[in-house]
Amino acid sequence: MAKTVKAIVISGHGTNCEREVAHACRLAGADADIVHIAELLAGRVDLNDYHFLNLAGGFLDGDDLGSAKAGANRLLHAQVAGHADEQAQSLAGQLKEFIAAGKLVMGVCNGFQLLVKMGLLPAIDGDFQQSCTLTNNDGGRFENRWSWLQIDPDSPCVYTRGLNGLYLPIRHGEGKFVTDKPETLQQLEDLHLTVMKYADCDLHPTMDFPDNPNGSHASIAGICDPTGRLFGLMPHPEAYVHRTHHPRWTRETLPEEGMGLLLYRNAVNFIEKEL
Amino acid sequence: MAWRIVVGLKKDVKDARGERVRREISEHLNIDLHSVRTLDVYTVDATLSEDEVEQAAAGPFSDPVIQEYAVNQPLASRFDMLVEVGFRPGVTDNTGRTAREAIQYLTGRPFAEGEAVYTSTQYLFTGLTDKVIADKIVADFLANGLIQHWTILSADELDPQVGVPVSIPRVVSDTTPTVRTLGLELSDKELLDISRQGMLALNLEEMHKIKRHIADPQVIAERQKVGLGVELTDVELETLAQTWSEHCKHKIFSAKIEYEDEHGNRQVIDSLFKTYIVGATDKVRENLGENDYCLSVFKDNAGVIEFNADWSVVFKVETHNSPSALDPYGGALTGIVGVNRDGMGTGMGARLIFNTDVFCFASPFLEKELPPRLLHPRRIFEGVVEGVEHGGNKSGIPTINGSIVFDERFAGKPLVYCGTASLMPRLLHDKPCHEKQVLVGDHIVMTGGRIGKDGIHGATFSSEELHEGSPVTAVQIGDPITQRKMFDFLMIARDQGLYNSITDNGAGGLSSSVGEMAEDTGGLELHLDRAPLKYPGLQPWEILISEAQERMTLAVPEDKLDAFISLATEMDVEASDLGLFTDSGYFHCLYEGKTVSYLSMDFVHDGVPQMVIPAKWEPKELSEPDFVQPEDLADQLQHLLSRLNICSKEAVVRRYDHEVQAGTVIKPLLGVANDGPSDAAVYRPLLDSFEGVVVSHGICPSYSDIDTYHMMACAIDEGLRNYVAVGGDIDHVAGLDNFCWCDPVESEKNPDGQYKAAQLVRANQALYDYCVAYGVPLISGKDSMKNDYQIGGSRISIPPTVLFSVIGKIADARQAVSMDVKQAGDLVYLLGTTANELGGSEYYAQQDELGARVPQVNAEPALLRYRTLNQAQQQSLIASCHDLSDGGLGVALAESAFAGGFGIQVELSYLDVDHPMREDKLLFSESQSRLLVTVPVAKKETFEALFNGQSCRRIGQVIEQPHLIINGLHGQNLVHASLEHLKQAWQAPLQEM
Repeated sequence: MAKTVKAIVISGHGTNCEREVAHACRLAGADADIVHIAELLAGRVDLNDYHFLNLAGGFLDGDDLGSAKAGANRLLHAQVAGHADEQAQSLAGQLKEFIAAGKLVMGVCNGFQLLVKMGLLPAIDGDFQQSCTLTNNDGGRFENRWSWLQIDPDSPCVYTRGLNGLYLPIRHGEGKFVTDKPETLQQLEDLHLTVMKYADCDLHPTMDFPDNPNGSHASIAGICDPTGRLFGLMPHPEAYVHRTHHPRWTRETLPEEGMGLLLYRNAVNFIEKEL
Repeated sequence: MAWRIVVGLKKDVKDARGERVRREISEHLNIDLHSVRTLDVYTVDATLSEDEVEQAAAGPFSDPVIQEYAVNQPLASRFDMLVEVGFRPGVTDNTGRTAREAIQYLTGRPFAEGEAVYTSTQYLFTGLTDKVIADKIVADFLANGLIQHWTILSADELDPQVGVPVSIPRVVSDTTPTVRTLGLELSDKELLDISRQGMLALNLEEMHKIKRHIADPQVIAERQKVGLGVELTDVELETLAQTWSEHCKHKIFSAKIEYEDEHGNRQVIDSLFKTYIVGATDKVRENLGENDYCLSVFKDNAGVIEFNADWSVVFKVETHNSPSALDPYGGALTGIVGVNRDGMGTGMGARLIFNTDVFCFASPFLEKELPPRLLHPRRIFEGVVEGVEHGGNKSGIPTINGSIVFDERFAGKPLVYCGTASLMPRLLHDKPCHEKQVLVGDHIVMTGGRIGKDGIHGATFSSEELHEGSPVTAVQIGDPITQRKMFDFLMIARDQGLYNSITDNGAGGLSSSVGEMAEDTGGLELHLDRAPLKYPGLQPWEILISEAQERMTLAVPEDKLDAFISLATEMDVEASDLGLFTDSGYFHCLYEGKTVSYLSMDFVHDGVPQMVIPAKWEPKELSEPDFVQPEDLADQLQHLLSRLNICSKEAVVRRYDHEVQAGTVIKPLLGVANDGPSDAAVYRPLLDSFEGVVVSHGICPSYSDIDTYHMMACAIDEGLRNYVAVGGDIDHVAGLDNFCWCDPVESEKNPDGQYKAAQLVRANQALYDYCVAYGVPLISGKDSMKNDYQIGGSRISIPPTVLFSVIGKIADARQAVSMDVKQAGDLVYLLGTTANELGGSEYYAQQDELGARVPQVNAEPALLRYRTLNQAQQQSLIASCHDLSDGGLGVALAESAFAGGFGIQVELSYLDVDHPMREDKLLFSESQSRLLVTVPVAKKETFEALFNGQSCRRIGQVIEQPHLIINGLHGQNLVHASLEHLKQAWQAPLQEM
């Protein structure tokens, strides 16, 4: 009998998409709990009890210091009650243990920004130093539109296995992906960690607005770590799990299930087989 | 000491924000700068070590990949002019608050009382050396002097060692809390002076009523028992001013109106609200009988209707006009987060599911000189849009429906309507969730934000016209994150049963929220000194009436108080016990144990005298314009599509997250290129169900210039027409009315008050007539009655405007219909009769004419049509459906065609008309209750059979060729236009906004 895949979605302090992320996890076959960060900090909920951590979209602390900056600071420094060993005293420490155990983490939009700004993505050298960032869209404004995304078939990303392209909504003001130096970008490309790129409708990566909605370097929309188990992306897969989410569902023949759900299915399959 | 941390982008990193500012300065002010770069400044006024400040600067305050920082020295270089804009003391600084929390996490130490972080922004200009121009840029675009201050330095004025001089906008107050008392044995003039100078908005009759009350020997005796003298305290006077304000008491809608119609018939209307609004709803509910789906109407912060057996839908629409006139960003932001609290404060509280917004502005391209204190409409536009963007997006609530209406008179006061729908369980702990009851002995608990001077006199301010002395403190800035944290907490507290009642703090602050809740028990004991303050120095009366945002008031039973407070603390939300709900019969406030207010509940709530307002209706002498049919109707159509009231609002819609929560099924933008204009929104609030909420609205102020009766009828019909177009169930629908009027009370400075009052009466009569005819109950609403501008000899009154919002249900959202044509070959039908009704139309306005024949609504055939349309939708007979409104058939055809990417060919001779008329009138008439429908050929018979006997004409066909082809009455071609051109005309005007 297949084991139960347990997913956790962290909420609180400005996270907004926890309900639909949990819904997507459930549709993909996981048990999903929405857990307020206060529960984690109080030590009542233990990350170790889960296989799949979801950092959902939103505006942590209003993104007031830059997207997810204050949120990253909280995870790095807020104390978890009732833990003796140093690693488990901060949520960041617990998160690193979770990652070391080979479990899955997906950050969407603000969750992606959080992973990057904590240095958890791409973590090429495993040193958790921030090497990339997500900053203001070139247009200087928040944008909500649907984007075509080309998938790197050679990526180690466990979420995108078997996929060539996706069509998903983006909804952000700070989605422009930038690396600290050209070598980092080169490394990301060489290791096929640039999982997902903004593309035209023929799935060719593009720098042209609006297909590339924010001016991301190398059209990057999502990246993974070298294990492929940590994945962050600006587009919202949880916002396309049924055909009625598609902006043209009233005029196109579409499969009942939305494309975004495929990412969650891949995650659940991976956990069932390999964890 | 204070530290200054400056953060900027590294060299070679694109400054998208600076570039946007440069572009906007060019567009708004026609000043072309070479470049604009931006820096963020954090002034940290706290005891920290150098190392800690360094950590904060390197950590949460800056991004090592793209940013650099400097501590206590300037970062600015390579500029001609530097401008730093910061907040004035006491203005909400959300980023400053987040920065303080970040430092606290970092150091593990809380800030001491009075310590804070203040943020400001530096703008570095190149290509500008004139300080006067720099000041103009700041004053007219970058900053708002009401809430911000700024420093301008040229390159040689910046000391490279020191940087911009440190300024700390700390609120400094050496006042000690005192309670003043006032004797009211004064002349009429003196009484009015007290009202005017105190921003109380109390009229003479009301002042007299208070004077008499306070002189009553029995009242004096009772007051003496609690230690008060014969004079009224300032706390009491302010309480009465708030509670009796137009904003809170709706005195005009409750007034006795002496109405005389055009035939000299006289009628006394005892409360427009009771007679027409409540009256219509009572009648509709009576007609619905067992099928009545209303659960809570008019009595709470929002209306509640059934959604299904387990859930109900809550809806409220508010206006926030006056604050948005002074500070468009803060006003609109506060508007949206304020109406969010209405949903949260209805019944036992509800989960917010979506927002709607409708704005009325003057043209952003207005080139006239504006009178003093009015901001340019372009600034209003930009600020309001950004405020609603931040309010909605950051709160995680999708904005799914809205519109923008333009009229030059809205320069006098912009209208900002913000709506929120929420979802609550039908039953909570076995009791109806839409009901609540405070019990004697419950604690008064305030939760969320702290109290400051913000928003003091907001309620009384909005009860007046905008004038020279309009107070700065009426401006507030919302804080979506503090509110979001509070809502997360309250949903858990609700489900754990930790409170008996909840309401929001809006207009009037605690005086209103606690006062209204205390009507359940008949008394309250409120300790004002226990309320948490943002900074010291507030007077007791200020604490009571402050409209500081993000606060809810709850009634928490004694045995749940500890659990409530500790849950709040754990979730990082402040909650304070301020006293008790009692049955004493008194509105009793204390400060440090001493009574500062002791008014009987009856006097506070029922003491306000009923106004008497004369109203006289005289139809204006209007005539139809006399002009020959223009030769080129394609050109007319193209120009209509470019008119502000018709053109695409895509640039605004894209800035609103309209998909968060994953429920939006019919989105605001749709069609082959995701950019067509949707008629209404369909939203699935439950992710595991296909039942949908449908929301739409109608608004047509231009018809008010002819007759507000028909304006109202048309707004109702437009709202319902949009609603049924997407598939909303006409038999499960509710309406909300939001009246925005110009002052209807005649006075020296308002000589045509009687006419405006009569316009109000007529609009209400139509509201009654058409809600009853359509079977639409009204569930909530709001009025804003002083939308005038008066400074010196200059008076601008807005056109009487009603937003009619519609909310209801679709049983299966998969049967929803969108407005874009779907495939070549589909048949094009027009439902409804076209009449020569172009008075107040966009087409006449395009010829600079008003006209006389305003569209009139014939509800009986329209209702049948809407019901039949629902059946056709449920049987999947319809490929597309689009309502006809501004610009009539011509505009609807163009929009449906270019949204769908297929052409349409129609014959005007096939139209169902009541009288023969000219082709331009056929094409652009705004006759109501009409819908443009396309039907696949295979469904033709079934569709036509369904509409047998009704006004339903096949007028053409969807064609492969991407052109709109319209043939005239004799079969001759009138319009042959490429969709690309039409769409371009429609998209261009506001594309860059």
